[in-house]
Amino acid sequence: MAEATVAQEGRRPGALRRLGRSESLTGWSLVGPGALLIGVFGLLPVLMSLKLSFQRSDLLTPDTPWVGTKNYRQLADDPRFADAIQHTIVYTALFVPGTMVVGLLVAAAMNRSVRFISVYRTAAYVTMAVSTISEGIIFLWLTDQDYGLVNAALNKVGISSQPFLSSPSQALYVIVAMTIWGWTGFAVIVYLAALQGVPVELHEAAAIDGASPFTRFRTITLPLLSPASLFLVVWLTINALQLFDEVWLTTKGGPLHATTVIVYYLWDQAFVQFNAGYAAAMAYALFVVIVLVTAVQFRLARKHVHYS
Amino acid sequence: MSTAETSAGPGRRLRLPFSPWHLVLVPLTLVLVAPLLWMVLTSLQTAAEANKFPPVLIPHHWRFANYVDAWHTAPFGTFFLNSALVTLVVVVSNLVVCSLAGYAFARVRFLGRKALFLTLMATLMVPFQVTMIPVFLIVKWFGDNVWSYLGINHLGALMLPNLATAFGIFFLRQFFQTVPVELEDAARVDGTSRIGVLFKIVLPLSMPAMSTLAALTILTSWNDFLWPLIVITSQDQMTVPLGLSYFQGAHSTDWPLLMAGNVMSLLPMLLVFVVAQRYFVQSVAGTGLKG
Repeated sequence: MAEATVAQEGRRPGALRRLGRSESLTGWSLVGPGALLIGVFGLLPVLMSLKLSFQRSDLLTPDTPWVGTKNYRQLADDPRFADAIQHTIVYTALFVPGTMVVGLLVAAAMNRSVRFISVYRTAAYVTMAVSTISEGIIFLWLTDQDYGLVNAALNKVGISSQPFLSSPSQALYVIVAMTIWGWTGFAVIVYLAALQGVPVELHEAAAIDGASPFTRFRTITLPLLSPASLFLVVWLTINALQLFDEVWLTTKGGPLHATTVIVYYLWDQAFVQFNAGYAAAMAYALFVVIVLVTAVQFRLARKHVHYS
Repeated sequence: MSTAETSAGPGRRLRLPFSPWHLVLVPLTLVLVAPLLWMVLTSLQTAAEANKFPPVLIPHHWRFANYVDAWHTAPFGTFFLNSALVTLVVVVSNLVVCSLAGYAFARVRFLGRKALFLTLMATLMVPFQVTMIPVFLIVKWFGDNVWSYLGINHLGALMLPNLATAFGIFFLRQFFQTVPVELEDAARVDGTSRIGVLFKIVLPLSMPAMSTLAALTILTSWNDFLWPLIVITSQDQMTVPLGLSYFQGAHSTDWPLLMAGNVMSLLPMLLVFVVAQRYFVQSVAGTGLKG
């Protein structure tokens, strides 16, 4: 790596003369520790993973024979992987807009100066500090089939008790709901910061022209929030595609694999079944998907995001 | 506004002694914190009360002994110490290593600066799942060949891969670039070294950014789950989220006990969050809107 950069810089005429030798020494000794750590634990693993995806490995024995593209071909024919992709897409498609809508509504309600507003805001932010495991345990209890608070509320309005996390057709949606709750604090912080940047004068001018509060929100506030919305779409999608903790805690991918998302399947293959080569191929597939999705989001954003 | 409207009496517009927005904000806030409230209420119930349906909302007699029971049922003290130790090492290391590198990238014109910076930043795009299997192998190698404390099933394995982050370097570099360079030049003319300038002039001016990075690192390190799940199997090496998850697995129907353990596990981070809320808000809002 170092040699490559030297060669590249050297090609520019005068580059070496402009950069004092001592400055280079200082610079490299300052970035050294960070570059070394990120090199060993951030860059090297990317290459090792790629190599591993063409091998068979059980993580324990040093013998890792080459298998060519077998892992990738197996991926294409694995019905459980196809299911995992489908569950991940359904989850992402509900979680991302859900979190943004909840975050925007709460932020809009809290974007005013009334007494105790900082108390309200802290209460909204605080879900950010709750670990995914704590969140999972709380929602296991809330949605318990026999004693859960949610079923008690449903019974009150005449709906019979639901199995929720123990039902193949409901479990994924319960996980959507609990993770939306867990990310609400984050989304509220982003939207509140953006809302505070919307100039009051624009709203006043539009109100004088007779625009209703809803029209003003749609034509003034929403476009001005678009950079914040883009950030949330990208960030929440990246995290949604990597869903794991809540699934591990509440359903272990079940019932009947109904909540087996990509990363859960990947972890299971790598660290339970010890098919590390296959898992590495899966990780690369996920990597490509994340890069593509993010690129598409930024491309779409060009049309719809307005930077004032 | 006419005087008739403000005078008291029936049939007139209702004047609240507070902003009507509280009528929206109070229920909204209650809904948001309801899961946490229900956790606290359950943690004070008796096992018999928790197994009633419809649920008993307010415990008849508050059973604080659930907390004592939870503390004795699982080694929560060990979990807290482990989490605290891992978080402390990771935060201090990140602040030191990332500020050194961030400063070099912001100020020092060294050979290969641009290429190295781009290479390091490229790792920001790589999801953890791509690197976790090799990092497991690398950590195992360190444990077998360098120092067993860094290996699988030791706290060092939780620290080592997280001692520096590309995000931290990027974040501090962005901030250091806003510090007026004239201040540094004056000191350098007086013969102060780069390191001296960084520690005596730049860092004291960068406390908001350092605090923000510290807050974010504390939160991610303390609440991390997947990596500890992969490398730690003995209870005496577990961090809070991992220990709590095993506690849940072992007592999955004893809800008051579980919720007492859950409340205890949450308290340190809630406390940190409320005290340092400003920095958490900055870390999210700042990266979200500028990045």
